[in-house]
Amino acid sequence: MIYREVGDFKTTYRDDGQTFPIKFDRLRYYVVLAVAFCIVPFIVNDYWTNAVLLPFLIYAIAAIGLNILTGYCGQVSLGTGGFMAVGAYSCYKLMTGFPDLNIVFCVILSGGITALVGMLFGLPSLRIKGFYLAVATLAAQFFLVWLFNKVSWFYNYSASGQINAPERTILGVPITGAGTTAPVTYLFCLVFVVVLAILARNLTRGHLGRSWMAIRDMDIAAEIIGVNPLKAKLTAFGISSFYIGIAGALLFAVYLGAVEVGEVFGIQKSFLVLFMIIIGGLGSIFGSFAGAAFMVLLPVFLKNVLVGGLGWPTDIATHVEFAIVGALIVVFLILEPHGLAQLWKIIKEKLRLWPFPH
Amino acid sequence: MPASPEPSTTADGRKIGGVIMEMKNITLRFGGVTAIKDISFDIREGEVRAIIGPNGAGKSSMLNVINGFYHPQEGEVWFRGARRGPMKPYEIARQGIARTFQNIALFKGMSTLDNIMTGRLIHMDTGILSQALWKGRAEAEEIENRERVERIIDFLEIQNIRKTPVGSLPYGLQKRVELGRALAMDPELLLLDEPMAGMNVEEKEDMSRFILDVNDEFGTTIALIEHDMGVVMDISDRVVVMDYGAKIGDGTPDEVRRNQQVIDAYLGVSHD
Repeated sequence: MIYREVGDFKTTYRDDGQTFPIKFDRLRYYVVLAVAFCIVPFIVNDYWTNAVLLPFLIYAIAAIGLNILTGYCGQVSLGTGGFMAVGAYSCYKLMTGFPDLNIVFCVILSGGITALVGMLFGLPSLRIKGFYLAVATLAAQFFLVWLFNKVSWFYNYSASGQINAPERTILGVPITGAGTTAPVTYLFCLVFVVVLAILARNLTRGHLGRSWMAIRDMDIAAEIIGVNPLKAKLTAFGISSFYIGIAGALLFAVYLGAVEVGEVFGIQKSFLVLFMIIIGGLGSIFGSFAGAAFMVLLPVFLKNVLVGGLGWPTDIATHVEFAIVGALIVVFLILEPHGLAQLWKIIKEKLRLWPFPH
Repeated sequence: MPASPEPSTTADGRKIGGVIMEMKNITLRFGGVTAIKDISFDIREGEVRAIIGPNGAGKSSMLNVINGFYHPQEGEVWFRGARRGPMKPYEIARQGIARTFQNIALFKGMSTLDNIMTGRLIHMDTGILSQALWKGRAEAEEIENRERVERIIDFLEIQNIRKTPVGSLPYGLQKRVELGRALAMDPELLLLDEPMAGMNVEEKEDMSRFILDVNDEFGTTIALIEHDMGVVMDISDRVVVMDYGAKIGDGTPDEVRRNQQVIDAYLGVSHD
């Protein structure tokens, strides 16, 4: 009954254009932020942070990034894993090359480097579209992983071929390395997620976002209203890669700590993030979060149910888990092809009228 | 460039200025097919200029030449007194030439408001950083352009579908939204490719009214392709007639109506 826009009149275009036009939504948004910042850090333990929260936050950034490119600008990319690797290795080289550089800047600069690489691999998108572009980005994926495997400069000639995050601190509190604690890593990633999500929302609601969506919906008509396709596509590739690079850097430096490129940033990572945005909802920031939550939480949930609840052996549970996740994705896509974001929208529409059917 | 004809005033009191766009000896070929054969005509500021002709006469190709989708093999395009070099469609759009399509070319995933807002893209230029931060310049620019768009929404009487996704709108309204998007660009020259195709009489009357109002209130020069002869003869100041890629008539609706070649092209002629 509270969920109404009735009586909540907008008298300025500023009010009408805000992210959450309904008061209840705004309230909910602030409550979620307050809980995430003020309550969660005090109750998390290592298991929850490592199994659920950190991967969720980091993949949410990657999903927002890919959603900007695929969901908003309509350019399919299978190179996410490769671009995350660029972010991770940039971060590693920056951390080891400039030990005095603050970790925050390392992460942001890694995003910047990835943005440049992304724009370079985005150049073919001016000539090729759809599936063909997907194949071209697939080439980027394999090339980048090969590059980080072959050229030992990238992993500082270490014998194992791995990269390990050295310890870096902010105000004496370790953020990366062995001495980190769960609340700190969680908060560090959370700040990045919140800031990046707000920036993404702003980018997608302004004229830049409209030029992306124009290219996505009909590129010929976009050109006729004055959108430069080169500029629109390359900014989408650049900004998308910036996000994905930051996700890669955080995944390596804050979450995993040690990375072997083929294992962590292989093609399966590209597909994972792509699944997230398809299940979450293309062209929706909320969908990026929903998709990331779905893909991160579902396996953990199933494992807890199968192993903890039903007492199955771990190896069988793992295989069954794969099968169930796959089946659920298929079922879900048939039932709601536009993803969780659409489902959420329908629920909200229904809530507005509840308890009346019309 | 030849001397512009003297500015004049129409019977209903609109001002017709000098030549804004001139096509000189345009020839366009696709491989062995000649779509446009050596056509010249001009469009004067403030007028409603119609291009008519049977199917396949090359009318849409002509619009595509004007807004830069096709580059003619021969001939020159002059716009605002300057010869136009080879330009990309988006550069031409930024020069002030807007267009609607025969088959509606709206952005289906976006609302009516967003679709019309895309027409303002060429007038919005805040950088990526201020866009990302939003508060300040980006928001001010957005609101300023939103006000402009709302005036167009009022003008086209589509306030009630402002937030509706355009994919779910009926055909006639989609055409109207597309006109709105073109108008939002504040064009000097507006190209309309069959704005009334597939409409019923009432919708055609509405659309004719909007076209005339646009011309009258905003002073926009309009070039349109249309098959409905009644409409064309009613709303246009001058008419170009094309047939098989060649120009067979040019003049006021009355002159064109009496032109024997035009009558032959439309009604057919016996070859004995």
